[in-house]
Amino acid sequence: MSVTRARPPAFPVNWPSRLAWIGLALYTLYATSILDLTWQRFVVGLGNGAKFLSRMFPPNLAADKLALISDGMIESIQIAVLATFFGVLLSLPLGLAAARNLAPGWLSWSARGLIAVFRSFHPVIVSILFVKAVGFGALAGILALIVSTMGFVAKLFAEVVEEMSPKPVEAVRATGANFLNLLVMAVMPQVTARFVGLSVYQLDSNLRNSTMVGIVGGGGIGAPLFTAYQRFDYDVVLTILIAIILLILLAEMVSGRIRRIFL
Amino acid sequence: MSVPRVWQRFTLAERIARAILYVCVVIAVVWSIRTIEVIPEFLYDAPEQTADLFSRMWPFDWAFYPKAIHAALIETFHIATLGTLIAIVLALPLSFLAARNFVSNPLLNFVAQFIFVASRSVNSLIWALLFVAIFGPGALSGVLSIAFRSIGFVGKLFGEALEEAQVGPIEALTAAGAPRSMLLVKGYWPQVEPAFWSIALLRWDINIRESAVLGLVGAGGIGVALDAAMNNLYWDQVGLILAVIFAVVIVTEIVTSSIRSRIL
Repeated sequence: MSVTRARPPAFPVNWPSRLAWIGLALYTLYATSILDLTWQRFVVGLGNGAKFLSRMFPPNLAADKLALISDGMIESIQIAVLATFFGVLLSLPLGLAAARNLAPGWLSWSARGLIAVFRSFHPVIVSILFVKAVGFGALAGILALIVSTMGFVAKLFAEVVEEMSPKPVEAVRATGANFLNLLVMAVMPQVTARFVGLSVYQLDSNLRNSTMVGIVGGGGIGAPLFTAYQRFDYDVVLTILIAIILLILLAEMVSGRIRRIFL
Repeated sequence: MSVPRVWQRFTLAERIARAILYVCVVIAVVWSIRTIEVIPEFLYDAPEQTADLFSRMWPFDWAFYPKAIHAALIETFHIATLGTLIAIVLALPLSFLAARNFVSNPLLNFVAQFIFVASRSVNSLIWALLFVAIFGPGALSGVLSIAFRSIGFVGKLFGEALEEAQVGPIEALTAAGAPRSMLLVKGYWPQVEPAFWSIALLRWDINIRESAVLGLVGAGGIGVALDAAMNNLYWDQVGLILAVIFAVVIVTEIVTSSIRSRIL
């Protein structure tokens, strides 16, 4: 007589993970009730949505609106270009100062602290502060985006520098080179490609954000967008949204091309 | 005697392409500087304005925290978390459609990719404008705008993770006669689970930051309190709100990095 033994299941049940999923589901229900997200509100909203869409179409292509929009878009592009350029320039020393394998401890920790402050505020909040400091207009937007550029590029650049191979650095140091020579001959050749990649990514991201700083007075297309929205000119809003999406698609194509040249 | 050979790190075509790019960067920067409108009169008193701003912010109006900030902060947290969850639920099926090794239909791949691009191109504040117009001011608009902005991010990255999955386990399961749903659960999921959690945590981290500003256009959360305090010129309240946002962002970053190092 053969003994039948229960075969262990091929895939044992993972109870901690199941509990976590159940917890997540319970949280969803709890948060939904706290935020007062009811199905009824959603359905009422859908009716509004149909009205909203019907007022959006067709997009407003009147000549005076188009002139206004193209001015705003050009200003947004300028904000993004300048913020990326100066932000990236400033990120180079900041990133090097934050790299623990090149900079002394006190310098890298203070640079890291600065980067953490820069990173933690949304560009829109930073531009509120700059609008108060330097007044309405493109300059406030540029300064705000420089801050967010430094927060992102310097942080990742420091990580790239920390990951590089120490051998060329030691070889150059052994020849008695000074620190500047060390940077130019040993560090930069290893990290330039990654640095350009980061900068190009940040250009994309700055273009997206430069369309938004205008909502709080930082210049660019955001101001006409917000004005059109508050005046219920939803057809103009749609035209601006189409322009923004086209700009972003174009920027993604350009940045893909740049990345292919450098990587 | 032959001429010593000159070694170059890059080919001629590479050097020309780089030179053209450098020229383009210079042209773009010079054009931007020359044509951008900056009002210099505003700049003369910038240091005084900045000093004035900080002197008005300090000391913080601590009594304001229990009155208005705490509830708004909790709401911001729920908006970010719930928005991320909804985005994940909506993005997962789309990322399976976008992964070319899972769905071999170019049209479906393209549709999913297009949805991702549209979602990512529109900023979360602009999504919030649209949703406030549809659903009215409040947390519902905030949750939906966070969710719609995140679909593209989560979907694109998770779709790329799926495309990188190894075929070995999939083929083994297919050979054992597993149905398509089991391929998904036991073939793909274990391979992409680490990527999934890291994407979800990263997006949650970003969303905490973004949900803090949605209130500026009326989509709920701490931004509403910030907007009101700024409009009333109560800079001591503004300073407190900024400090609270900073603290929350730092705590979120510590939490996500500790979860990441534990589960990945």
